Amino acid sequence: MAELPPTHGPASRAAALATAYISHRHGSPGHGWVLRDVRRARREDSTVNCTAEVLYHLGNEKSAPDVQFTIEGELKNTDEADNAFYNRIQSLKKELEAENIPDSYGNVSPEMQPIRALAWAASGYVIWQNSTENTKYQLAQIKHVKQVKRTDEYLEFDYVILLHENVSQEIIPWQMTVLWHPQHGIEVTQNSCQAKHALD
Amino acid sequence: MHSRPKVYQRLLNMKVLLVFAALLVGTFSEQLFVGDQVLRVVASDEEQVALLRTLGEQVDLQIDFWLDPTKPGRPADLRVPFSRLQAVKVFLESHGISYNIMIEDVQQLLDEEKRTMMLSRRMERSANEFNFASYHTLEEIYDWMDTLVADHPNLVSKIQIGESYEKRPLYVLKFSTGGSNRPAVWLDTGIHSREWVTQATGVWTANKLAEDYGHDPTVTSLLDTMDIFFEIVTNPDGYAFTHSSNRLWRKTRSIHAGSSCIGVDPNRNWDAGFGGSGSSSNPCSETYHGPYAHSESEVKSIVDFIQSHGNVKGLISIHSYSQMLMFPYGYKWTTSPDHEELNKLAEKAVNDLAAVYGTEYTYGSIANTIYLAAGTTVDWAYENGVKYSYTFELRDTGRYGFLLPSSQIIPTATETWPALLDILVHIQQHPY
Repeated sequence: MAELPPTHGPASRAAALATAYISHRHGSPGHGWVLRDVRRARREDSTVNCTAEVLYHLGNEKSAPDVQFTIEGELKNTDEADNAFYNRIQSLKKELEAENIPDSYGNVSPEMQPIRALAWAASGYVIWQNSTENTKYQLAQIKHVKQVKRTDEYLEFDYVILLHENVSQEIIPWQMTVLWHPQHGIEVTQNSCQAKHALD
Repeated sequence: MHSRPKVYQRLLNMKVLLVFAALLVGTFSEQLFVGDQVLRVVASDEEQVALLRTLGEQVDLQIDFWLDPTKPGRPADLRVPFSRLQAVKVFLESHGISYNIMIEDVQQLLDEEKRTMMLSRRMERSANEFNFASYHTLEEIYDWMDTLVADHPNLVSKIQIGESYEKRPLYVLKFSTGGSNRPAVWLDTGIHSREWVTQATGVWTANKLAEDYGHDPTVTSLLDTMDIFFEIVTNPDGYAFTHSSNRLWRKTRSIHAGSSCIGVDPNRNWDAGFGGSGSSSNPCSETYHGPYAHSESEVKSIVDFIQSHGNVKGLISIHSYSQMLMFPYGYKWTTSPDHEELNKLAEKAVNDLAAVYGTEYTYGSIANTIYLAAGTTVDWAYENGVKYSYTFELRDTGRYGFLLPSSQIIPTATETWPALLDILVHIQQHPY
């Protein structure tokens, strides 16, 4: 097992990946996770200390890195915000559909904040599955999101997101189908890279 | 608001503006139309048309016809004051006259209209009344540059150093208090068009330099001894494209033989380690270095300018995002001969930046801080006699990335300012 050189670049990539992974495990429409600096992971309104260990499987790019993490202290309970979002979506007369979140000016409407937080958490899974020691992915934008009607109690959203890969600088469209329930958490049931050549 | 036929929307707007103008002349800033509604009424026969006319004749109802009742089947629009709404609706309903509510609250519409008019006012009175807290189009920034020059004629002038691929002018603001070819510092923002906070920070910073000269001792001393050349929109074709078509466009918009993909990465096109690791030979790639070094007019124009000037002592190229301050080398792992001095200055600058709002930056050589990148602005400048060559990556670290909310423009520019000053002062105090 090779050791990562102790310089900024690789360390920040590993940190970004750890954040993505933790987002996937602990994110929800109620709250999102953002990396504050390489030593801490910050939640929207409170900072918690978090230690993570990232193991890249060098030479085996098909295998997702292992991430072990510990969070100091208690996570804030997001049940209220999650349930409010759940009820709001269930009571919509028409399936939710939206695009360009944030918009060109960085705006996210209050109604779309949970949709974005959900995408943030779900993209954590996609990023984790596709990361290597030479990549640094960030969710750049939700290009399109459409709710898929279900007969059971789950909410389902079909997203096309844009991932920014910070080393190659590419913008990669990615489709992901996200299932969510306040008590049962998030699941990415389907995802696929939509990359084509960089045409206008 | 309800949607309505576009033809009437225009007619409606005419009426609204007339009403607003009347409001202005009459009782300025008094709200006269709160809760008033506009009802669209369609009379089904002549009898109903006559009834509508008599309704309008009742003075105490204060009905204001926006469209007069003419004949059956043709809509009539009535503005009804809030206090008379019930009476009018009862009248219509009891006579079986169908109507619908076109405007639920006239005052709301007027308020929105007023707000839109104020926001879209294009003629700024002076350069510092420009809205620095919002993102602007290329035309707006180019217009603003002229206002800045007009406001500070003894300090700022605008020069054109070349043309973009699509023939847009490449403008540079020259800050100079005279002398003859004084030592100079080059600043650029927006070389990657999607990094919108950089052009916006450029505008704010240029304004700050102009405003502070003659008032702030540091800025005054700087501009009394050195010139500053500031290119705010270094990639105008790309910037226009981010507004018109693809917000996340990075490169130039040049077309090169042999590929259907457009654009070259202007920060891989410089002749320093050109074509090496950390740039791509694939024209469809975001880091495509181009067919040869300085193939891009946006890059060549700067090269020619700096070389013919001959006395450029510092260069600061501003990007986003990642919150970093970096210096050469990017194209190789080797530390530069001036590494220690550049590193120490970078440390001071990021500390002074962090002191403003607590924003944390990392710093170091490009290769060590992010990754290998070949053919960068900063490496070229350094290898062509410009010792103090720096590149910033402004806010944030990925939460919004390129789509940084406009509310963060001024905080970003404000915190970056002391870091820029640190570098400028150091250059001033260490002539070479």
